[in-house]
Amino acid sequence: MRKIPAKDVIEAVARLCTGCNHHLPQDVRAAFERAHAAETDDVPREVFRQLLENADLAANSALPLCQDTGLAVFFVEMGEECRVDGLALREAITEGVRKGYGEGHLRKSSCDPFSRANTGDNTPAIIHIDLVPGDRLHIAFMAKGGGSENMSRVTMLAPAQGWKGIRDFVVRRVAEAGPNPCPPVLVGVGVGGTFEYAAMLSKKALLRSVDDVHPDAAHAARETELLDAINALGIGPMGLGGRTTCLAVKMAVAPCHLASLPLAVNIQCHSARHGEVTL
Amino acid sequence: MPVHHLTTPLTDTAVDALRSGDVILLSGTIYTARDAAHRRLCDALDRGEQPPFDLRGAVIYYVGPSPAPPGHPIGAAGPTTSYRMDSYAPRLHALGLKATIGKGRRDATVRKALSEHTAVYFGATGGAGALLAQRITAARVIAYDDLGPEAIRELTVKDFPLLVINDAHGGELYVTPQLPEGD
Repeated sequence: MRKIPAKDVIEAVARLCTGCNHHLPQDVRAAFERAHAAETDDVPREVFRQLLENADLAANSALPLCQDTGLAVFFVEMGEECRVDGLALREAITEGVRKGYGEGHLRKSSCDPFSRANTGDNTPAIIHIDLVPGDRLHIAFMAKGGGSENMSRVTMLAPAQGWKGIRDFVVRRVAEAGPNPCPPVLVGVGVGGTFEYAAMLSKKALLRSVDDVHPDAAHAARETELLDAINALGIGPMGLGGRTTCLAVKMAVAPCHLASLPLAVNIQCHSARHGEVTL
Repeated sequence: MPVHHLTTPLTDTAVDALRSGDVILLSGTIYTARDAAHRRLCDALDRGEQPPFDLRGAVIYYVGPSPAPPGHPIGAAGPTTSYRMDSYAPRLHALGLKATIGKGRRDATVRKALSEHTAVYFGATGGAGALLAQRITAARVIAYDDLGPEAIRELTVKDFPLLVINDAHGGELYVTPQLPEGD
């Protein structure tokens, strides 16, 4: 059984929290540059100019990309032949969040849902853990902002609604969200599983890079169809009109019950902050 | 697009001249408030207390900044989504609030209040928190310190870049998406 010192987990998680909140993923930045070139009107071009300048500023200063540095969401794959030494895995990740958000001057956005009292250290984090073969610990992190999360939805379609029902729900959701979730958005779509599993799939899909093509050709074609339909809405960056409403649609699919067609739409803002580490 | 240099406090004359789509560079003093601060502010008004700042001619910025790193007056400070403050805004406009700054669509009650009270809704670029912080030269908490990022702060801004989203004449800048026929 391989032992991973808890302090290594704490340090790695703290670095993910601070690093991701300062450095826009390269694929997202490249998508901004392509969109800036593709827009023809002054207003959307100016939005992309500001977002590119903002990314440079955040990378080279103590200021994060966005004041909403998110709830800390983790997808963890724990090898069955390793364990964290000194703290439980969940405690080590939590300690890393506390350290990263505290020392990194990141905003603490976690609060009690009734009293609305801030927990003070951005914990508890949202941690999904899978056991996998091997002796490695893989940690994927996402800083998930509230504005885009608020525009996300889960629905249980009837199987008869099929692909058309899925497509209409996703496009309508982005249309209704309009300027609220900070477009251009990324859209995670979870299809199948159960009520909660569809939601998890839709979030996990957002960890894929902008340019990643779904390995299943039929799903890849569906992602492209959704992306084109969403961009045809003309919402544009910040809802001010333009060609770029969505940078990418990423779909994750799982088998579901005979009676069900679960569908989740997780909207991610343009500040699509995520990263991963293997220990 | 016309560019207006505006200075706080805002007058009816200045607000009346603005139209959706105008570019604004705002200077002066503005106040931060978002969900929890609005609730507390309106609870205080219910009890007949004075608000923590003079609402007449004032500008409220819907923002919860990240903590100020050493050497900076404030952390990242971009707008939060405005609809969550829609239920509070008309009452504050009736008391003299001249403008709010945020992102995202306002409801019909807010748009009506803008017309009735000669007020305006400005949009700032969401997710450009580091960039917008460059135009904030000073910040201090003036109320509800225990709310942390949601405390009310007095900000000094210089040429803070804004767009007029909803003007006092019913103008709307946001695009209404066209869904395909039959959907």
